[in-house]
Amino acid sequence: MPPAVAALAPQAYLQAQSRWHPLEIAFWLSTLLPFFLFPNYLSLTSQIAITALFALSLDLILGYAGIVSLGHAAFFGIGAYSAGLISKFGWGEPLTGLVLASAAAGLVGFAVSFVISRFRHFTLIMITLGLGLLAFEAANRAHWLTGGSDGLQGISMRPVLGLFKFDLYGYVAYIYSLAALFVIFLGVRRLINSPFGLALRGIRENWIRMPAIGADSRAHIRKAYTIAATIAGLAGALLAQTTENVSLESISFQRSADVLVMLVLGGAGRLYGGLVGATIIMIAPDQFSGIAPQYWYFWMGMLLVTVVMVLPNGILGGLSEFYARWRRK
Amino acid sequence: MSTPTPPAENAIASRTIALATRGLSKAFGSLPVARNIEINLPVGARYALIGPNGAGKTTLINLMTGMLAPNAGQIMLGGKDITELGPQERVRRGLARTFQINTLFAGLNALEAVTLAVAERRGLAGQFWRGLGSHGEAIDEAYEILRKLRLGESCYQVTRELPYGRQRLLEIALALATGPKVLLLDEPAAGVPQEESGEVFEAVASLSDDLTLLFIEHDMHVVFRFASHIIVLVGGAIFTQGSPAEIAADPGVREVYLGKRKHG
Repeated sequence: MPPAVAALAPQAYLQAQSRWHPLEIAFWLSTLLPFFLFPNYLSLTSQIAITALFALSLDLILGYAGIVSLGHAAFFGIGAYSAGLISKFGWGEPLTGLVLASAAAGLVGFAVSFVISRFRHFTLIMITLGLGLLAFEAANRAHWLTGGSDGLQGISMRPVLGLFKFDLYGYVAYIYSLAALFVIFLGVRRLINSPFGLALRGIRENWIRMPAIGADSRAHIRKAYTIAATIAGLAGALLAQTTENVSLESISFQRSADVLVMLVLGGAGRLYGGLVGATIIMIAPDQFSGIAPQYWYFWMGMLLVTVVMVLPNGILGGLSEFYARWRRK
Repeated sequence: MSTPTPPAENAIASRTIALATRGLSKAFGSLPVARNIEINLPVGARYALIGPNGAGKTTLINLMTGMLAPNAGQIMLGGKDITELGPQERVRRGLARTFQINTLFAGLNALEAVTLAVAERRGLAGQFWRGLGSHGEAIDEAYEILRKLRLGESCYQVTRELPYGRQRLLEIALALATGPKVLLLDEPAAGVPQEESGEVFEAVASLSDDLTLLFIEHDMHVVFRFASHIIVLVGGAIFTQGSPAEIAADPGVREVYLGKRKHG
């Protein structure tokens, strides 16, 4: 602890914890770079922003409250299918569609949270895995509604705010997704630095102690889980709207596993971990497949094993440790 | 800290008895761990609970705080039956405990941990739209608790990096932050070197007189120094109880502690 911080009064100290770091401002400014540096890749950057938002929603429950999930894509998929269906059945206005679709995911998340909040660890892995598979199979079977393995076709979005039509280059899609990511990020950042955020960390740090300080952990978990499901649904809705297509992949186990990998790789419980992880995992296949196209999963595996072994707290965890050591010298 | 405001009909009972158990019994399978326990803790009392290893002392605290459900009997807090209430509900009604083995928030610093407990008591912990730093009163209250326990200077240190003795004090700070009327301390100085354990008990002794205390402790010097009343538990049942002088003079207690008497 640097002496300058130790001298702060308690309230000032806790206020300083939530102050914006210059690196954060630099990070958000850099999200605008693709417009100038890679204008041909805006469809990809838009998907990165959406995946980052999805990872952020998982970070809220896994990184902060320690609630593990292997079925988080269920909410992403519900959001995506809801947004797609709302458009298909005639309501093509993007913003209201976004709100409705994430509310649908949030409602399902709220219902599921009553089960989730009763379990921990291994049991929870199995339960979330099972729920994820159920959601996948439901989407697969309801061919008449979702299009099953053919995907949901016939989505057509009206211009955002009545002005900006989704274009072929992904220009509007990236602005739209990035704006959503940023707004939700601000909300999550506020939540993390609130008393509720502290309670979530309390649940993660010591589940047994919480009742002994009068805390109703289950109520906290239900609330966090509902919020996380809503955000995951919003991410799914963004994907449906910007690509005007929903495939079964959006609700698959693969997506649940991928987002977990992204979060662990970037660093869970660090707010930016999922964002960094999503960026790396979305860009890396492109780069690795350039080296040896048929082996890119091999390189992904290598990257994952190496990072987790060398940096157990993810890339951001490793960097912050390195930074702390460097400051002590 | 608010004073209890019980209904008129049991005003006398609740004003004098803070915590009581009636015929409290518990068995793990065929092994009885609490047998018909009757305890009356008067308001402001400093009671010690002693007994050989395996006598059921921690089990009794677990029963009182709702971490274990009894097979029979009742627990009364301020004259009200709390037997059916869950642990967090009992804490909210003023029954707090500490743990024999540190049960802390390893990754939070002392200020955050105690602020969390204060926020829970004040009903703020569900709020996610206002920054923690804006809740000045809760933070100041948390810091005041830490300062009284001489943890003020190390309150920004992550719990897992705190010296062991300070972690024991943080156990007490967390319990105090819940605003208890009755505090159950399970070996507050467990694992602290003997020459430092006095420090922990000085902190315990300096707590408000309104606070009713029951503590488990093995060190008889500490027990005789800080307790006004001693309960001796053997084999899950109350063996005897009385003032420190009475217990010290009781030949039966000596036998139990020297292991001559067969029990449980």
